[in-house]
Amino acid sequence: MADVNRGNRPLSPHLQVYRLPMAAVTSILTRITGQALVAGILLLVWWLVAAVSGPRGFAAADWVVRSWIGFIVLTGSAWALWFHTLAGIRHLFYDAGQLLRIEEAERASWAIIIGSVVLTLISVVLFFFG
Amino acid sequence: MRYITPRKAAQGLGSARSGTQDHWFLTVTSCALVLLTPAFFLVIGRAIGLSQADLLGYFGRPYPALITALFIVVGMMHFIKGTRIMIDDYFQNTARKVAIIVSVVFGWAVIAAALFALARMTLVPLAI
Repeated sequence: MADVNRGNRPLSPHLQVYRLPMAAVTSILTRITGQALVAGILLLVWWLVAAVSGPRGFAAADWVVRSWIGFIVLTGSAWALWFHTLAGIRHLFYDAGQLLRIEEAERASWAIIIGSVVLTLISVVLFFFG
Repeated sequence: MRYITPRKAAQGLGSARSGTQDHWFLTVTSCALVLLTPAFFLVIGRAIGLSQADLLGYFGRPYPALITALFIVVGMMHFIKGTRIMIDDYFQNTARKVAIIVSVVFGWAVIAAALFALARMTLVPLAI
């Protein structure tokens, strides 16, 4: 008698089987990208300071910036910065009371993800061929 | 059991006295950064790959120097406030205090280093 309604009950979300909505994924990614940008800004500021510190210091910083490590850090930072920027623009809409319906937030999340990848590709292409 | 109303229990524990200011500061700086970010991408994209002498000349010009200085100053102040909100969410007690101190000191150190480098390039002609 206890399980008369088996299979037809509303299930409460369980932590291990719960798929985060895209709005939640992009929300936490906003914080993660904001913190991850520390790596990019440290690399660029080290490179700027090295440029006024002397030829040997600059050679070391410039080598790192132009190596594959620098490429990964800077390309990753470019994506993180575009993502954080687009997500921040969405926050301005949120503050104005816009995009708060579930479908709108879901669509805006995909726009942020796709937009950030496209802007990163444009940035990298412009950097190498511009 | 204390016979007081919920309102009485909450009174004096602190409203968000400065929380709205933090939020407004983040809003203002984010609007500035929406404009500064594309400009900074263009400036830094042209700078990477230059020789040291060319780099000093490049950042000696007003537009690259101003965009870079503004982006790093406004960006790091945005970082300090944004990180503060994160720390308030995830850390308690002493860990919270230490995390706030570390993030504020780090933010201002980055600003100081960047402004020093830019000032050196802009104001003092270097002979190399």
